[in-house]
Amino acid sequence: MDLKLLDVEPTEAERVVVDLFTGMGRDQLLPALHAVNDRVGWISQGALNHICRVLHVPPAEAYGVASFYSLFSLSERPAKITHVCVDLACQVNGAKALCDRLTDELGPAGAKSGWLRSPCLGVCEKAPAALAFEAGEVAKEQLLAPTHAGEVIAVAAAGPSHVDGERAEVPQAGSPGLRLLKRVGVVDPESLDDYRATGGYHALRTALLLGPSGVIREVSDAKLMGRGGAAFPTGRKWDATAKQPVRPHYLVCNADESEPGTFKDRLLMEGDPFAVIESMTIAGFAAGCSRGYLYLRGEYPRALHLLRNAISKARERNFLGENIMGHEGFSFDIEIRRGAGAYICGEETAIFNSIEGFRGEPRSKPPFPVEKGLFGKPTVVNNVETLVNVPVILTEGCEAYTRVGTEGSTGPKLFCLSGNVSRPGVYEVPFGTTLGELLDLAGGVPPGRELRAVLLGGAAGGFVRPDELDLPLTLEDARAAGTTLGSGVVLVLDDTADLGSFLLRIAAFFRDESCGQCVPCRIGTVRQEEALHRLVGKRPLSTSAADLQLLREVGQVMRDSSICGLGQTAWNAIESALDRLGYAEEAAK
Amino acid sequence: MSRRKKTEPYVRLTQPLVRDAGILRPATWDEALDRAAEGFRRNVAKNGPDAFGMFSCARATNEMNYMAQKFTRAVIGTNNVDSCNRTCHAPSVAGLAKVFGSGGGTSSYQEIEDADLIVLWGSNAREAHPIFFQHVLKAVNKGAKLYVVDPRLTSTGRWAHKWLRLNVGTDIPLAHAIAREIIASNLINRSFIERATEGFEEFVKAVEPWTLPVAELETGVPAELIRELAHAYAKADRGQLSWTLGITEHHNGTDNVLSLINLALLTGQVGRYGAGLNPLRGQNNVQGGGDMGAIPDRMPGFQDITDPDVTAKFNAAWGSNIQARKGWNLTQMLEAMERGDMTTVYIIGENPVQSEADCEHTIKRLSNLDHIVVQDIFLTKTAQMAHVVLPAAAAWCETDGTFTNSERRVQRVRKALNPPEGARDDIEIMSQIAERLGAPWQHMTGEKVWDELRSLSPLHTGMSYQRLEELGGIQWPCPSEDSLEPSFLHGRLWEEDPVKRGMPATFSPVLHSPPVDELTEEFPYRLTTGRRLDSYNTGVQSAGFESPLRKGETLDLSPQDAEKLNVKAGEEVQITSRRGQIQAPVRIDDGLTPGLVFMTFHFPDEIDVNIITIEATCPIAGTAEYKAAAIRIDKLPVKVA
Amino acid sequence: MTIVEIGLPKRLVEMTLDGESVRVPEGATILDACTAKGKSIPTLCYGDTLKPANACRVCMVEVEGSRTLVPSCSRKVEPGMVVHTDSERTQHSRKLVLELLGSATDLSTTPHVDEWMSACGADPSRFGPEAETKLQPTIVDNPLYVRDYGKCIMCYKCVDACGDQWQNSFAISVAGRGFDSRISTEFSTPLPDSACVYCGNCIEVCPTGALSFKREHDKREDGTWDESAQTQTTTVCTFCGVGCNLTLHVQDNEIVKVTSPHESTVTHGNLCIKGRFGWQHVQNR
Repeated sequence: MDLKLLDVEPTEAERVVVDLFTGMGRDQLLPALHAVNDRVGWISQGALNHICRVLHVPPAEAYGVASFYSLFSLSERPAKITHVCVDLACQVNGAKALCDRLTDELGPAGAKSGWLRSPCLGVCEKAPAALAFEAGEVAKEQLLAPTHAGEVIAVAAAGPSHVDGERAEVPQAGSPGLRLLKRVGVVDPESLDDYRATGGYHALRTALLLGPSGVIREVSDAKLMGRGGAAFPTGRKWDATAKQPVRPHYLVCNADESEPGTFKDRLLMEGDPFAVIESMTIAGFAAGCSRGYLYLRGEYPRALHLLRNAISKARERNFLGENIMGHEGFSFDIEIRRGAGAYICGEETAIFNSIEGFRGEPRSKPPFPVEKGLFGKPTVVNNVETLVNVPVILTEGCEAYTRVGTEGSTGPKLFCLSGNVSRPGVYEVPFGTTLGELLDLAGGVPPGRELRAVLLGGAAGGFVRPDELDLPLTLEDARAAGTTLGSGVVLVLDDTADLGSFLLRIAAFFRDESCGQCVPCRIGTVRQEEALHRLVGKRPLSTSAADLQLLREVGQVMRDSSICGLGQTAWNAIESALDRLGYAEEAAK
Repeated sequence: MSRRKKTEPYVRLTQPLVRDAGILRPATWDEALDRAAEGFRRNVAKNGPDAFGMFSCARATNEMNYMAQKFTRAVIGTNNVDSCNRTCHAPSVAGLAKVFGSGGGTSSYQEIEDADLIVLWGSNAREAHPIFFQHVLKAVNKGAKLYVVDPRLTSTGRWAHKWLRLNVGTDIPLAHAIAREIIASNLINRSFIERATEGFEEFVKAVEPWTLPVAELETGVPAELIRELAHAYAKADRGQLSWTLGITEHHNGTDNVLSLINLALLTGQVGRYGAGLNPLRGQNNVQGGGDMGAIPDRMPGFQDITDPDVTAKFNAAWGSNIQARKGWNLTQMLEAMERGDMTTVYIIGENPVQSEADCEHTIKRLSNLDHIVVQDIFLTKTAQMAHVVLPAAAAWCETDGTFTNSERRVQRVRKALNPPEGARDDIEIMSQIAERLGAPWQHMTGEKVWDELRSLSPLHTGMSYQRLEELGGIQWPCPSEDSLEPSFLHGRLWEEDPVKRGMPATFSPVLHSPPVDELTEEFPYRLTTGRRLDSYNTGVQSAGFESPLRKGETLDLSPQDAEKLNVKAGEEVQITSRRGQIQAPVRIDDGLTPGLVFMTFHFPDEIDVNIITIEATCPIAGTAEYKAAAIRIDKLPVKVA
Repeated sequence: MTIVEIGLPKRLVEMTLDGESVRVPEGATILDACTAKGKSIPTLCYGDTLKPANACRVCMVEVEGSRTLVPSCSRKVEPGMVVHTDSERTQHSRKLVLELLGSATDLSTTPHVDEWMSACGADPSRFGPEAETKLQPTIVDNPLYVRDYGKCIMCYKCVDACGDQWQNSFAISVAGRGFDSRISTEFSTPLPDSACVYCGNCIEVCPTGALSFKREHDKREDGTWDESAQTQTTTVCTFCGVGCNLTLHVQDNEIVKVTSPHESTVTHGNLCIKGRFGWQHVQNR
């Protein structure tokens, strides 16, 4: 195309990293932006211009893409920057005090002071958390969790040490009966041999014997439902994709885990990365995909490191590549794509746009991904947790699998416990376990406190009262109770929690993360936050009742008329706080 | 700072002017019309009707062009009528008419969108025909392959899957090499050739010498690329071949066009939906001007002037006595002026002083004339030489009529504005002169003129104004009011019945003839010319608005040549050809290869590029070789302040 | 004679529209069906020459069995579909969407929006005087275009017209995210430094007047823009042989604006800089 570029040149350092993309195309835009950001810490005009020259992308579009992601800066900033989480679980665990200290010591958040407020970093079990980053020839990232002001200030000055070596941990580590978490915190996540010694790659062998339709039948009969929040039957998705005559087919593993309070996929990827790779390979085999993309959220440096290692080791042993495990004609490989700070990219069609090098805006459905997905081709999108259920099914058999859980919700389920809870972390329980039993497993609220509420399902989920703890955690029971399990968030609030601030954070989260494509969500999330501010702050426009009414009307239009799940659910948690927790009456007082 | 003045926008003419004692002075309409008529009468009486020439206007309506040729043929009695299509696309018309019988592009724009392969040859459509290029991009975005053949890497070329950079003036060797490769690879469409063409054997012999290595040497295009294009074009289900002035503005423009037509005949890429041959017209009604008979060799609707049945039909309708032989084309008229055989011209809306190659020469020729009448909306450089200047209405917005576009679509032109007080409609002015010359012409509305044309031209018979309105224009041919023809021409060539198939299309074993203006040590650079997106021809219209894109005239050089000449962007240099000398600032363009330089012709009042272009013309169509001048570039001495 | 492309014959699909049984060609949208039935559905981001952007959500209707409302401009009719265009839910959605837009954006030059607002009782001032808006200074950085993004509703039409749907210049894109999203050149550089070629095709499709021609903008500013005194006449451009249709908007015997008919098979509503702006020479008088 006849590109018109700006009359600016990159620095030598920028040129060198961008030139590595020579000969590639638009779909490398996000990786190229990461490369520049990793090298110099921000995206200059010269760098963007050069990316456009090398990848043949119009500068205005590249700018539109770069400005979509919160991890990128299009104005100059220092090489060292620390992202301090202020989201739900961290807020409950002292993030505000931490930020106040940082403001005093380093100055207000911003490029100049070297620290930024961040949405959920996905380490809610170790709140409050921060992620330190330093650009350079080898970019360094270090997760600080749980952290304190002194540590953040020290690391902000000295820079992070390269990816910390701490192992993934789960409270149940080593307990018998675990299926999804059996290796997490037990085996060496860098060792393919350890993985195989603990049953790894048995499932793929079984899959190759069963053939694609056999695998799909097993998964369908196991009644495996998607664990990313929408709970769609996985077997149906695979079958619909497998049947599409158009080639190639793609597999996307959605590891853009960004729902506040969610960190189960990170633990799976950090604790059992080979299982993720094997599961993707099985899915690719079943749905006829020749290529898989693992879309990993940008804030998971350890998972990135471990997955890269797992992929390269799997390739060395022919668990990826051509004729896998000697199976003639089955070729499959995996490319990791890093997100760059956009919750919306976890939406199943936004993820395609992001991988293709466009703004991570959801697409209108229909057409559905199974028909027209990544690069316009039939595509399976599965969440990490969903995928790692597949080897369990193929190893134990679908009948055994359906005996776990309930009739409508089969198998084991991971829950992310955080907030005011004694032993936060990821827990694996069979579907049907009650919320009370799960809280007991995690030791309940800290001694001397009273349970106030549980946010179930995440920011897009809903609240449950202390008198509802006998709720069985199944898809159908949650639905019947007017709530959702969502991505498995169980965020516990005790009597010390400030519900008003908590709700304001939820509203701010949706406002910040709205992609801006459709009116109900783009403007509605702003109006929702404004009205909530007035309610919480007791500064009504006319009366609190009028503001409540406004809130409900805005909520309704977001739910009815937004393009995607983000806008459609942006009002869920707030509505449930108003109605289920009685916050409406409290605010109207 | 540039010492050169910016092109000032022209102001509309609102009063007739007549020349007295060498000076143009305002006059009344009656006086001016009397003078105009009197001058024509005087010259025709003295030197015969062939001393008269009509420069009709490719930018005016079909109706005006019809009346201009009628005026020439019926009132004056000569066939010396032509228009500036001579300066651009006459070779396309001549070539297409020679092979297929009618001189129009064969496809519709929709077919371009539905093509599988598009070849743009010598065409920077992205800038010169932007909306046509949108149709091309629709196809490309749907998956069609685009090949661009051009000495320059233009913005069009930047969209191509493959760009074939050929040396200026080596189009025939390239076309022949493609043909030879198609033949050698047995990719010809044998049934089409056998059924619908003739001259194949002779053609095979003509292209035989142009092997890929020989062609690579001559054209500069790598053999592998030539081969690729040959195979792609021959194998495409729907192949489109479009060209612009890069093909026609050469001393052998018609041969160039014929060499491209050969390729379509060889592969059957014509006469089917989606496959075709399409010259992109540079002016809004170049197509219509020819269709209306404002050319020296054809009556309206491409009817042969040498056919007695045709002239009889027109004589009966007009009460005239038409000479049944070809008149002079524009180039021949200019030559006749130099010889003194042509002594008077009626120039309607044309600006030959600035649009003709080697303009100094044109000025000299016009100065020979006894009587020049210019009818225009502006006092152009040509009008300034006239004896009578008649202020006209602007065709496209101040009159009712029709234009015909590059896909042969006749579309309504409607009056949106009243002409300025004092300016008159072209047809009205012409009628008033005709009346003064004793012809019983009443002023006719556009629609009346059109209905007369429809009654005489079968190509247009079915196109009433009402129907044009309802259908958003109609492509010719349209012989009946009850039906529409397919959007493509020459479907007859695919008929099984030889009667329906009609005249076969003939291969043209044309010969390569390098540019006339040879490169030598003294003149080592090849200058080629073209358009830019926001400007148009001599800039008379486009200078009327302020364009943020417009940077004025420059000499575009490759980075390598700039370095060799030790000149920087913006630096003024001296440009010399065998005909003249101008100065222009340098612009660096990495789409140029060393040895090739580029200028536009949009700013003649600032820098008159046609001082240095060459007037060598195509002997068949009379189009000048604007695309290939030999020049020298000299760095100017640094001025001491 | 060889085969001429006419496409496959279209089957008819039967659906129920506001209680009435309707048959429409396969592939038609709900909006097409409504238009065919003479029902007017308000739209802002829908463009007759563009693929639906689905962004404004003004045209939402209720389809039985669908959890959410659906955009009528893009949702294709399916056999047996039951559609309600005027249910309580759709009315609420339309009203709120218009209120949200009106609360953030200057809709003073958006045609029809006043009628729609009063029809559904929308009151954008309900969100209070402190509601955040997109109001911002108008950008005049070239002699041909004016960009007043305080009026921009982010319908994507300009971006689509500039991009791969028509012009393929890609001079503008959506930048930023959420409420901060905006139409922008790279790094907000002025248009003359961008890839803009001033075809005006973005202005042609802008539904709100956020993008306007300088002449129109100036005349509106000095109070001399009078649409009721304007005639619109369609003629043909003279700048090359493609034959683009121009609609001349004339006020007091002066061309004040040029558009192109969207149904023209030559232009589909698009022009180039010469057709769009190259008319001043005839009125230098």
